[in-house]
Amino acid sequence: MELEVKREIDTTKPEFKANPDSLSVLLRPLMPEHLLRIFKLALKSLWMHKLRSFLTVLGIVFGVCSVIAMLAIGEGASYEAQQQIKDLGSQNIILESVKPPEEQKISGAAQSFSIEYGLKYNDIKRIRATIPGVTIVVPGRIIRDYIWNATRRVDAEIIGTVPWYPEMRNQRVGMGRFFSEIEMEYGANVCVLGYETAQRLFPINNPIGREVRVGGTYYRVVGVLEPQKILKSPSAADTASKAAIYRMFIPLSTARARFGETVVKRRTGSIEAEKVELHEVTVKVDDPKRVVSVAQAINALLKRNHKKEDYKIIVPIELLRRAEETKRIFNIVLGSIAAISLLVGGIGIMNIMLATVTERTREIGIRRALGAKRRDIITQFLVESILLSGTGGLIGVLLGVIIPFFVTTFANMKTIVTFWSPLLAFSISAIVGVVFGLYPAIRAAQMDPVEALRHE
Amino acid sequence: MAKIIAKLENVKKTYLMGVVTVHALRGISFEIPEGEYISIMGPSGCGKSTLLNILGCLDRPTEGHYYLGGVDVSQMDDDELSEVRGKRLGFIFQSYNLIQQLTVVENIEVPLFYQGVPPDISRQKAIEMAERVGLGHRLYHKPFELSGGQQQRVAIARALVNDPLVLLADEPTGNLDSKAGVEILQIFDELHKQGKTIIMVTHDENVARRAERTVRLRDGLIESDVRNR
Repeated sequence: MELEVKREIDTTKPEFKANPDSLSVLLRPLMPEHLLRIFKLALKSLWMHKLRSFLTVLGIVFGVCSVIAMLAIGEGASYEAQQQIKDLGSQNIILESVKPPEEQKISGAAQSFSIEYGLKYNDIKRIRATIPGVTIVVPGRIIRDYIWNATRRVDAEIIGTVPWYPEMRNQRVGMGRFFSEIEMEYGANVCVLGYETAQRLFPINNPIGREVRVGGTYYRVVGVLEPQKILKSPSAADTASKAAIYRMFIPLSTARARFGETVVKRRTGSIEAEKVELHEVTVKVDDPKRVVSVAQAINALLKRNHKKEDYKIIVPIELLRRAEETKRIFNIVLGSIAAISLLVGGIGIMNIMLATVTERTREIGIRRALGAKRRDIITQFLVESILLSGTGGLIGVLLGVIIPFFVTTFANMKTIVTFWSPLLAFSISAIVGVVFGLYPAIRAAQMDPVEALRHE
Repeated sequence: MAKIIAKLENVKKTYLMGVVTVHALRGISFEIPEGEYISIMGPSGCGKSTLLNILGCLDRPTEGHYYLGGVDVSQMDDDELSEVRGKRLGFIFQSYNLIQQLTVVENIEVPLFYQGVPPDISRQKAIEMAERVGLGHRLYHKPFELSGGQQQRVAIARALVNDPLVLLADEPTGNLDSKAGVEILQIFDELHKQGKTIIMVTHDENVARRAERTVRLRDGLIESDVRNR
């Protein structure tokens, strides 16, 4: 009876004739229970050579953690740069007055003299008149002086500007308001403090409605800006250094009336006078695509009217593009370093696994004699190498996440650990384990059991 | 007449050593009925290791057939042979061949592990086996903590754990002092009484004489095949 039933199964399902449970046997290494035992076994074998395993793991640890840490630092730096550029406004073109180089040389001599340079009010008029698609032009004068609140003082940049400055430069008013068009028209003695300035001058009380003194003039505080997102870092180049920490904004008309066009600087042994009409002009372009061409047009216009190069044109969008390009190159460099360090780690694993396989030839023979198939042997050694690389990857991820934190606290550098960088680094380390463990594992499995048993 | 458990039919084995062809086995035929205790003897180089490897499904004959439990295993592929070794054979080696990083129980469990026996069942079976060979108190020791005799008893437990058709022993007392050797042979006698089929390769006449039957090899051929009792 039984035999008949069997035959029936055989004829209907001929593919299972040879070995009815072949499928389950094939899938056995993938069963969680079985896999757990293989892992335990691998752990035990690796534990036999603690130092050796530890050193092998170390290779991967350094690879992975350096990848994550470097990516975090790079990401942080580029984020900072991009943020600063974005704060300048991507549709903006910023014109700045600069001292022409010739004058700068002479200024080294201990003499008193006056120089005149920089952007003129006429330049704005010309830009408005000749260049289409330019909507708002924000002129700015920058005066450096002390701001006083009773006995507290702060060395700040006093910026004479127009009421629409904050929206142009992506800055928000946190408390109170920015000065109005009417105040601008009448040249009122009102001011808006930068967040940091307000903190310094009014540590406890609300600055709104109070007065601060610059020179002999009092200004009523009408608003305080929100803190700047940018971390002030000494390395951040020219674009950022203009945005000094301590700032105060007053209407441009007020600035012209109170400070005149000439700024007098006292230095040891010399008095230096500079006549600058406008320190800074922000031009907003309607169409973001035309920013670059407008910048070129402005440059041509200014070149015609200025004898010397006493101005500078900053195009934030251009800077942004350049920053992105730099970031891309940076990432490629980091990627190759990462690849190399992980490759070295992988070679370390391969080396150790080959030694292990040779050393354990007899064990392989015993296991084969006791019924282990080739794929059982492959699985065993592959799991060992994955365990090595995976442990290394895990420790590396931990270190790689901790290191940027220390870099931020001790070196005061912004770091960003993106969620994908630990994932990427860890999965690469796991892949390294498979790739570099495969050859030793296959070599182990290819051994002739008789030869392996004879091995001493 | 008992059922034939292993049958060799004109088995030949030739090796190619460089350019020289070595005829290790030149045509061996014999049958082993179920429950027989048989010893294989012969001087070194007579082909008894080769014969044992073929009997143990570690190697395939060049010519001829080997039927194990009625199945021709002489032309099976590597995976199938592994399956046969794991399910139907038990090995006992001269140098015990225990896995050093595993404990006694874990060593006994190895054949079951490759058969996919669930952990709790295999652990229970392994403990049972360890107790049967008198090592119930040494379950969680590593092999290097045991004496030679104890290690060989672990090896016997491991060979028996999958309830094999045939027990293959390669000089099981070769590395042991005479007292431990006798103990091991007593276990073999015991197993024989319980009906296990045992094939034992040995150098030692006294050891060989304990088996029911002795096959002597010389130059790859059977020289004699005698019953001891």
